[in-house]
Amino acid sequence: MANTLAEKYAERIQHHLSKYPDKRSAVMPLLYIAQEEYGWLSPQGIEEVAELCDMDPTQVKSIAGFYTMYREQPKGKFWLHVCTDLPCALKGAETFYADLLAHLGIEDGGTTEDGTFTVEHVMCLAACDRAPMLQCNFHFHEHLDMDKMRELLDQWRKEAEAYANKDV
Amino acid sequence: MNIIFREKDIPNIREFDVYVKHDGYKAFEKALRMKPIDVINEVKASNLRGRGGAGFPTGVKWSFIPQSEPIKYVVVNADESETGTFKDRQIMENNPHQLIEGALIAAWAIQATAVYIYLRGEFWDIAHALDKHIEDARQAGYVGENIKGSGWSCEVYTHLGAGAYICGEESALLNSLEGKLGQPRVRPPFPAQKGGGLYSEPTVVNNVETLANVPFIIMNGADEYKKIGTEQSTGTKIFCVSGHVNNPGNFEFPMGEITFRQLIFDHAGGIPDGKQIKAILPSGGSGPIVPATDEILDTPLTYEDLQKHGTILGSASIIILDETVDITWAASKMTKFFKHESCGKCTPCREGTYWLDKVLDRILRGEGKPSDVDLINNIAANMQGVTLCALGDFAANPILATIKHFPNDFMAHVGGELKAAGD
Repeated sequence: MANTLAEKYAERIQHHLSKYPDKRSAVMPLLYIAQEEYGWLSPQGIEEVAELCDMDPTQVKSIAGFYTMYREQPKGKFWLHVCTDLPCALKGAETFYADLLAHLGIEDGGTTEDGTFTVEHVMCLAACDRAPMLQCNFHFHEHLDMDKMRELLDQWRKEAEAYANKDV
Repeated sequence: MNIIFREKDIPNIREFDVYVKHDGYKAFEKALRMKPIDVINEVKASNLRGRGGAGFPTGVKWSFIPQSEPIKYVVVNADESETGTFKDRQIMENNPHQLIEGALIAAWAIQATAVYIYLRGEFWDIAHALDKHIEDARQAGYVGENIKGSGWSCEVYTHLGAGAYICGEESALLNSLEGKLGQPRVRPPFPAQKGGGLYSEPTVVNNVETLANVPFIIMNGADEYKKIGTEQSTGTKIFCVSGHVNNPGNFEFPMGEITFRQLIFDHAGGIPDGKQIKAILPSGGSGPIVPATDEILDTPLTYEDLQKHGTILGSASIIILDETVDITWAASKMTKFFKHESCGKCTPCREGTYWLDKVLDRILRGEGKPSDVDLINNIAANMQGVTLCALGDFAANPILATIKHFPNDFMAHVGGELKAAGD
């Protein structure tokens, strides 16, 4: 079986493998690369990472399942992690989150029908002084309210469309 | 006084050239001219205590490392995940070279072969910026082979986690870094000992803020450092203030210089909308809550003073609750946090957080009985001191301390008379 990751991301993978005396330590950075390539940690991605790290696919899958930032299932293009932990909740994050879900017409953890957004609530993201806040894919957005949120969602929808058109 | 947040006095200190222009890496160069053991002794003499929460003396930690072992590591704990903590993020964003310099001094002191900076996965952007800063330091000869002609070589790497509070616990962090599940290890052996550290090699694990203090100590000496703060709480501390204040943020002060009242009202802008302050969580979700009495408000912010009041300074993630907050709800929020973050290894923590959450939900739905309050108190009491790491104890605190200090908040949900904790 060809290892797509090994071929396509050779340099980045080599960089991570070279950081540690043990290949197994590279499993976390390599899972991020697999997620980037396949959009989620598909069985194919898990097997490729396992091969690269000299691990059993079951072990790799257990690592993927332990952490919140790995996508064990396909998700929307934009994966929103909204902090509703205590400090943010004191600043209205629970109401903000409920409004956001209602605006998108989805439940906690749900994905919009067009596959653009998946929205989940998460624990503290270390930005309590800038609540309400969320993480979209790998980036923080802070001091939010629904006005700002609508603008961000519009912007991301446009990015998703541009990306889809480029793909075709 | 800003020892850590030097960006307040020197704009753009995050850039290598600016940092160097303002005596950056001079402390490291000085350390390289000192014997490693003298560096350890200087840090020991400074009484610097770990800023990650436990407050363990840093120099003592370093001195546990057996010098005879050929391979040793420094691991920087940048997994900052305690509810209400956001200081390490600001250090890494605004004054990253001071962290790198502190880590390099630690590495020289224990003669480490490599430094790993373990950042929580959510610090994706920060980690990538840090890679660039490390590269700048490498170009100038502070990282890599034969550093500044010392004959000693040391690499500095970043490693991103992927979202797990438990990885801030040092032995879980080491497992995570080794590509294993981020679950705590049985100790001994401790990380500093052969068999207990990263890849079983002796390892020092230090918090970001802790290491950012080290360049000042080496540059100016332990005696100068000890002039800042109190005898038992030397140096400055960054206080992260969040929740019900007008001006949330990070504030750096010498320990003991200000009280809760001064921090909350003079610096964090007081309580919004003319409300009264009700309670303080001095150390995020994991430290015991205290009612905002005059006595508490006038307590100086030091390790020892907070301990006198039955709580801890911890990582100084200070969450403010105003009079409108139902403490039962707050206890439930904190419990949900620990339930989610329990790694599942130890039964009391895994099962205890699950049942605490279940019973608290029942109480909040108005379906609780007075005996439910005794029940959660009992569950929490049985989680203390019986788990491999401190998360079990942390998860018990939101229950035990809230019931002790705010019984009426629980009464309002269940009716009936509440017994004092421990009865």
